[in-house]
Amino acid sequence: MNSNPNSEFQIPNSTLELLDFTLRLADDAVIMGHRLGEWCGHGPVLEQDIALTNTALDHLGRARSLYQYAADQVNRLPVDEKKKLFTSVAFQNLVSSGASVDEDDLACLRDCWDFRNVLLVEQPNNDWAYTIARSFFYDAFNYFFFTELVKSKNETLSSIAEKSLKEVTYHLRWSSEWVVRLGDGTDESHARILTAINDLWMYTGELFTMNETDKVMFQQGIAPDLDQIKTSWLASVRSVFSEATLTIPTGTWMQHGGKEGTHSEHLGYILADMQFMQRAYPEMEW
Amino acid sequence: MKDTNKAEWPLWEVFIRSKAGLDHKHAGSLHAADAQMAMENARDVYTRRMEGVSIWVVESKYIHASDPEESESLYDPANDKIYRHPTFYNLPDEVKYM
Amino acid sequence: MTVHSFQEHFDKLIDNEVTIEPKDWMPDDYRKTLIRQISQHAHSEVVGMLPEGNWITRAPSLRRKAVLLAKIQDEAGHGLYLYSAAETLGVSRDDLYDQLHSGKAKYSSIFNYPTLTWADMGAIGWLVDGAAIMNQVPLCRTSYGPYARAMVRVCKEESFHQRQGFEIMLTLSNGTEVQKKMAQDSFNRWWWPSLMMFGPPDADSPHTAQSVRWRIKRLTNDELRQKFIDVTVEQAKVLGLDMPDKDIKWNEERGHYDFGAINWDEFYNVVKGNGPCNKQRLETRKKAWEEGKWVRDAAMAHAEKRKTRMNKAAQAA
Repeated sequence: MNSNPNSEFQIPNSTLELLDFTLRLADDAVIMGHRLGEWCGHGPVLEQDIALTNTALDHLGRARSLYQYAADQVNRLPVDEKKKLFTSVAFQNLVSSGASVDEDDLACLRDCWDFRNVLLVEQPNNDWAYTIARSFFYDAFNYFFFTELVKSKNETLSSIAEKSLKEVTYHLRWSSEWVVRLGDGTDESHARILTAINDLWMYTGELFTMNETDKVMFQQGIAPDLDQIKTSWLASVRSVFSEATLTIPTGTWMQHGGKEGTHSEHLGYILADMQFMQRAYPEMEW
Repeated sequence: MKDTNKAEWPLWEVFIRSKAGLDHKHAGSLHAADAQMAMENARDVYTRRMEGVSIWVVESKYIHASDPEESESLYDPANDKIYRHPTFYNLPDEVKYM
Repeated sequence: MTVHSFQEHFDKLIDNEVTIEPKDWMPDDYRKTLIRQISQHAHSEVVGMLPEGNWITRAPSLRRKAVLLAKIQDEAGHGLYLYSAAETLGVSRDDLYDQLHSGKAKYSSIFNYPTLTWADMGAIGWLVDGAAIMNQVPLCRTSYGPYARAMVRVCKEESFHQRQGFEIMLTLSNGTEVQKKMAQDSFNRWWWPSLMMFGPPDADSPHTAQSVRWRIKRLTNDELRQKFIDVTVEQAKVLGLDMPDKDIKWNEERGHYDFGAINWDEFYNVVKGNGPCNKQRLETRKKAWEEGKWVRDAAMAHAEKRKTRMNKAAQAA
């Protein structure tokens, strides 16, 4: 990769931030897709099984585009810099061998602390109400986020956002309707969706915190200001909740850490499943 | 009917326009609690492979179908009205494009 | 018309390869046989989602994961098309589910075998879907209109299923030693159950003749099985895998491959509920259905509330 070992390689400004940002979006998508995929074959009715799988496939497709872009970014770095990125032995071996990194390496050879997804998406499915609440919070975020990301100065991200926006517009419509159905359905469904939104509420704050990466990306015109998105998001949540006869939870304490790699216990189990084949049978074609 | 069947979502018929300019064609059926959901289910079930650009859904109970026993009186009388078809008329060869 | 003349009319339609539609008169046995066959097929699609569903979270690459998800989703769709076809015969999907969950209805016994390695995703696509297609393609011309139309849709969508399975097997057999071993192990485990998918030998299948006459079945169990064996042996050669049956041998005279004895004792036991996964599969389906009840009820309750509100608003206006 780096043919001249004596050359002083300067990593251009914000290269690592862009990678961190790209990976976060990819990780969000792959973990959400993974969770929704767990429903396949177990949905409450065939029609909704199919609907949820469509959404899972959208997330998975977006994850792949983003991982491919992230892999491009990684492959442009010299070996020494690549090695500093992720800690797992499998990743170190791959990089040392001189092979280039691909989408599956990024999904399957990084450990939990290298994952950047928000805590919300890794929360378990529990029941239909949890799944709907989690989707709704995330879909509403995605809708406003991708609406802004379309304007990104980064052409790759902008074009991924353009395609994603069509998908998440439908996701939001679907999950909003389900929030209303459950909220304004039976006593049981109302109680269940209420529990779900109360429990998941503390994972919504992280969607909008501007960490170092977010600040740099915003300054460069690559990513939107998450504060602004929060305003739109809240308005949207409020309006759907009002139709659903639900109110916004009063809790103000928010969990953080996913964007920096400090996750809940759940992620480890997801990765144990997702990475099993690549870890047990490394460096093979499937 | 058992109690569990009380809550079965109604059946809907789905009609899909496969591309602009064509008629909507019956694609199949599905269950949904309401029209909005029927529309979305139709999208998710019947247009996964780009089969459609427009969807109609109608609750199956609102479809009125003709009785096959009456088919003789309904359709056979059209058999001898061949004058409704353009090939019934003889035109001289010189007349083109009519 | 008298019942006798109804029957005559029906027979004439059947003999002239005319399609029977839901509102046409049909003999009770025809209706019952159809409901049984279509719902068994639908149940097989839905239960069949489970063994493959095991591997969604463990697929070895993101591409494979997407393909697998899409494939299993298709199976849900096929179940749905088939239940819809059965519903035109005057039975509800909920009733059919009750029959499945109570153990009264059967589904393809192949899905009572476990998926132990990734190669099983390949073997299922290649063998199980391959066997299913053999069965299903002739059914696109079956006598009952809604069933035939459902099958046309199913077959159109299924065409990628077998291919993706074969592709998985091909990748494994072109791969490392351990991958080849994985492919062969999977082939060994799925081969015999795949042959059983076509059902008991014709001699032990008393309803075949009637079903063939009704065009509900277009080829007999043994004919389909032989056809499947003949093509699969050739495909296994391409994969470089050994046939799990040492008695496979080309028979010049018959123009077919001869094959070894199928363990019908195992088949009947799996059908009876003694397969490795019968209980597990049924429990999983029941759990999904029972846990989904409050969701389905909520949607209905909401739809009714909304309707009432709209009616009130209309009255007030």
